[in-house]
Amino acid sequence: MPDLICIVCPRGCKLHVENDVVTGNMCPRGIKYGLDEVNNPMRLFTSTVSVLNGMINRVPVKSDRYIPKNSVFDLINEIRKVEIKAPVYINQIIIENCLGLCNIIATRNIMKRG
Amino acid sequence: MKEYDLVIIGGGSAGLSSAIGAYDEGLRSILIIEKDKFLGGILLQCIHNGFGLEVFKSELTGPEYAFRLEEMVKSRNINLLNNTIVTSIDNDKIIKCINDLDGIIEIKAKAIICSTGAMERTKEAINIPGDRPNGVLTAGLAQKYMNIDGYLIGKRIFILGSGDIGLIMAKRMTLEGANVIGVAEIMPYSNGLSRNIVQCLHDFNIPLYLKHTVKKIIGKANLERIIISKVDDDFNYIDGTDIEIECDALLLSVGLIPYNPLLEKLNIIIDPITKGPVVNSHYETSIKGIFACGNGLHVHDLVDNVTKESMIAGKYAAKYVNEQVNINDSFKMESGKMISYVLPQIGFVNEEVEVSFRVKTPLENKYIEIYQNDAIIKRVKKNFLLPSEMVRIHFSTSSNSVIRIGVSDA
Repeated sequence: MPDLICIVCPRGCKLHVENDVVTGNMCPRGIKYGLDEVNNPMRLFTSTVSVLNGMINRVPVKSDRYIPKNSVFDLINEIRKVEIKAPVYINQIIIENCLGLCNIIATRNIMKRG
Repeated sequence: MKEYDLVIIGGGSAGLSSAIGAYDEGLRSILIIEKDKFLGGILLQCIHNGFGLEVFKSELTGPEYAFRLEEMVKSRNINLLNNTIVTSIDNDKIIKCINDLDGIIEIKAKAIICSTGAMERTKEAINIPGDRPNGVLTAGLAQKYMNIDGYLIGKRIFILGSGDIGLIMAKRMTLEGANVIGVAEIMPYSNGLSRNIVQCLHDFNIPLYLKHTVKKIIGKANLERIIISKVDDDFNYIDGTDIEIECDALLLSVGLIPYNPLLEKLNIIIDPITKGPVVNSHYETSIKGIFACGNGLHVHDLVDNVTKESMIAGKYAAKYVNEQVNINDSFKMESGKMISYVLPQIGFVNEEVEVSFRVKTPLENKYIEIYQNDAIIKRVKKNFLLPSEMVRIHFSTSSNSVIRIGVSDA
């Protein structure tokens, strides 16, 4: 397995994970991080969605939970298909149950233009 | 002329937080002047997560963090003047500003907080040799085009400097379909948070070239290619290490400089290292009643640190207006070896001082030591210290001798 940098704390231990055994960690938190990163790496997804008739043209969005790292490009392709009319409100669901992974929600209010 | 007890210049994270700090200390006549239409400043274009773990105890995106601060300001009945740019302040605390509706306005304040943020260092600031084509821009500007306006600035992108904004843009532009070829960093270590090295570069197999820099920019109207080269310990190019890279955009993530044109005109004392004003532990500058906080004071790593610092600045601005400040004897603070700067530069005896500083190079297993009169008055063990991560320590002393902050082996 490739070596990882642990990001649990600023120390940044260089972890090596092989057959579910973590080495190079200076504390127990490194074991959990190393195993999760190898077996099931998760990320929060953030991007923007096109807004019609809004004070600005993009509304920032996020996944409402952590999603598998390898699904971010699939989510990008889904949100590209969407255009939403202003007003948009923070925490508003933009795409419900996107690819069975998460809801995509707005992270900012965008009022109507004019 | 309109009069306020406190006028805050800049409605980003520092300005909003200082307004909350001042209000909660009892001040009721507060005005925030913001040049943009919206409050929140640069947070609004930082759409990624990772903000607010300390202050709000949850992991927020930049716009969500700005929203929380804005809600706190609105619930406090603080006055706002947006779309308005301040052109000057004078020693009598008269603020001149301009907007579309009112034209030129003059406002009188008893106290002023300057929270005008920082500017990105540009290609002019770092003198890259070669042509001057389109397509060379700062990472923060590319971030604004991408996240606020919805434009991707190139298809084959190279990034100079491993500051956090550059790393975050590497990820962001990759997600949006650009080919990010690599990141060059002149130092032997990254200037970004390790979280960003992992989640922005490693996740997308984007190479980081340490001890490399851009030697030449080539392109007539638009950027065509760059030459990067390895550098030695004195930052001289090493012969035979040139790599030519075809690209249509070069992003610069080479640092921020506190932006204080209003204070500079007042001949306020500026620290040559932080490039922001010299302040005491009340965040008051060398002119009484003028305070500074946020990235306009010194460049921060985390917005949580901006919020905490600015709330203190707001609190002391309120105390100043209400004439509640006891001025004790003061002492100067200096940075010892391995420390790039300390802030505030002046503290008061018998008062808790919160000191922020950064180390010059990555260090392991050290004591941070606060010396006064050749004695150690406080010692804190740190397993790791990175230049990209600000350290904050509290202490107090009853002597007015110079304080020096240093590092020793643990």
